[in-house]
Amino acid sequence: MAYTEEELKKELETKEYEYGFYTDIESDTLPKGLNEEIVIAISKKKEEPEWMTEWRLEAFRAWKEMEEPEWANVTYKKPDFQDISYYSAPNKKPKYNSLDEVDPELLDTFKKLGISVDEQKKLAGVAVDIVMDSVSVATTFKKTLAEKGIIFCSISEAIQEHPELVKKYLGTVVPQKDNFYAALNSAVFSDGSFCYIPKGVRCPMELSTYFRINQAGTGQFERTLVIADEGSYVSYLEGCTAPMRDENQLHAAVVELIALDDAEIKYSTVQNWYPGNDEGKGGVFNFVTKRGLCEKNAKISWTQVETGSAVTWKYPSCILKGDHSIGEFYSIAVTNNFQQADTGTKMIHLGKNTKSTIISKGISAGQSQNSYRGLVQVNSRAENARNFSQCDSLLMGNRCGAHTFPYIEAKNKTAQIEHEATTSKIGEDQIFYCNQRGIDTEKAIALIVNGFSKEVLNKLPMEFAVEAQKLLEISLEGSVG
Amino acid sequence: MLEIKNLHASVEDKEILKGIDLKVNAGEVHAIMGPNGSGKSTLAEVIAGQEEFEVGEGNIFLEGEDLEELSPEERAHKGVFLSFQYPVEIPGVSVTNFMKTAINESRKAQGLEDMPANEMLKKIREKSELLEIDRKFLSRSLNEGFSGGEKKRNEIFQMAMLEPKLAILDETDSGLDIDALRIVANGVNKLRSKDNAIIVITHYQRLLDYIVPDFVHVLYNGKIVKSGTKELALELEEKGYDWLKEEAAV
Repeated sequence: MAYTEEELKKELETKEYEYGFYTDIESDTLPKGLNEEIVIAISKKKEEPEWMTEWRLEAFRAWKEMEEPEWANVTYKKPDFQDISYYSAPNKKPKYNSLDEVDPELLDTFKKLGISVDEQKKLAGVAVDIVMDSVSVATTFKKTLAEKGIIFCSISEAIQEHPELVKKYLGTVVPQKDNFYAALNSAVFSDGSFCYIPKGVRCPMELSTYFRINQAGTGQFERTLVIADEGSYVSYLEGCTAPMRDENQLHAAVVELIALDDAEIKYSTVQNWYPGNDEGKGGVFNFVTKRGLCEKNAKISWTQVETGSAVTWKYPSCILKGDHSIGEFYSIAVTNNFQQADTGTKMIHLGKNTKSTIISKGISAGQSQNSYRGLVQVNSRAENARNFSQCDSLLMGNRCGAHTFPYIEAKNKTAQIEHEATTSKIGEDQIFYCNQRGIDTEKAIALIVNGFSKEVLNKLPMEFAVEAQKLLEISLEGSVG
Repeated sequence: MLEIKNLHASVEDKEILKGIDLKVNAGEVHAIMGPNGSGKSTLAEVIAGQEEFEVGEGNIFLEGEDLEELSPEERAHKGVFLSFQYPVEIPGVSVTNFMKTAINESRKAQGLEDMPANEMLKKIREKSELLEIDRKFLSRSLNEGFSGGEKKRNEIFQMAMLEPKLAILDETDSGLDIDALRIVANGVNKLRSKDNAIIVITHYQRLLDYIVPDFVHVLYNGKIVKSGTKELALELEEKGYDWLKEEAAV
């Protein structure tokens, strides 16, 4: 059967979330609401030193005075911040020496996610730090990494074990008062990952973190801090899923990257939070602040595949402070049903001869809205700064929207800034052509979408690319047909 | 191989095919000619299962099986191939990847495993050599930035890879210069066998100098108004279509 536009749309709408299960693990949850006592209680639960508690309180006080931003091209019912529990940790606490000690049900959860830790261990030599409802439950490969002097652990552990590093860098790229959600995160972050690569060390494996929101009525606030010392290299992967729930769940993370002179950080994300049902009910609100700082000759690449969340608000950015530093942003954002995504990047050129590249691929289906919002800023002393931006949108059906909001501020006349944008639609003639070659509509759409996204998919580490490709198929094709 | 009985098809209540009868045996090449708007491309697409067209009366049988209920991909799995007049572009999908997907989807439908990579490679090498196709061509995005000749050659390459029972070539000669035409026609001739059948749709006799048909049919106003052997094509070249229109009107 050849598909009409109408049938195509129908199929799109019947797509279900694949990771909708709830793991029944006893958890230790703080009462709902947010005030100074709660902030102190979180800090206490985590046995944090006093300076950390103070840091959180400072953030909380700033947050109280701030207002939720409204400039993004998204509409949603604002979360009631007093109706959220800010801490939920699996009861049978962390500190496992090996995977065998991990709650079997938890491991089962990972299997359902298709990311069995054992498998990953065997497969690719990926070190995984898993944050489930905010607490890191297992970190593998620590020893191999330790031999190279690499520190890869939960941020809580880093606060205990490496306070000098945390104190020196935490909040230097994303200050506590940076924005509403960053301030909230700074006050209540429950866990996250910490990574330090010493001078001149090339991290021998991909470092990986998995996030998952499990408990009802909780928000997840992770904090990630990656520091690549002079001349070092690290590739960092982050994946996320959440179970299906009717109410909206809040996720407000902060990621800070610091690439010192001649260092390189590759940060890849596959985000698959629950997007809500086909009527737009439920789903995760994903309000994330991600920013990296490049010193001299340093390079930071953000690669993201965003398929989940009801509302996404996310702009992984690079501050190109050092001369000759490089920032890259490669993004695929898929929205279906009633999903809304307002995502993009900021490239701030401060140093001389700095270079940035932005490749953004937006795919919209159903009644979703997909916006690219990007800022390229060239400051007055940034001689010979160069930027290339390309924003492509692919539409399916007539009820979705694609929007592009590029902002360019150039204060140095030697700057070279290029911006290209295209919008296309999957055509019935393309589908029929594939059908005629024996490829059904579902597979045809996967093929076309993958072709459209190829430039970005190619930037992902191998095993992640395969997973991302599968995710695209699930998000659209699985039933998109 | 193919048997069409009293086929009627319409689009948006406008009848385009008004009772087509056609029988094509294995090993035969049939040419369908006719003026613009006579229904040639519609016939090709209806056989391939394009649902934009409503089939009113009539049936299409492939090796005795009625195709009516089958989707375009199911027809493809059964061995129907259409070389498009205007092949579409699919950016980011290489010719190789597209062929790999198409072949494996057909195999899946037949309950077979994916074709092993080395076998696939061997086949690609064999067929590209047969059709004198540069290997670099195979890594390019499907039809994106292809010249008219490249697009048509790519269609014939796909035909070679998929080894259909029935191949319909819809105006494969349009937009080709004489050299490109010769290359494409040679390719088709190499793929002719006693086990498959080919329908060539064309305006002009010129292509039939290279792909010599066993039978020629003239389609006019949704009906086959005249059938004959290859001499009919020559006659049409000489006299045009008007005398047939007059004949049909009588």
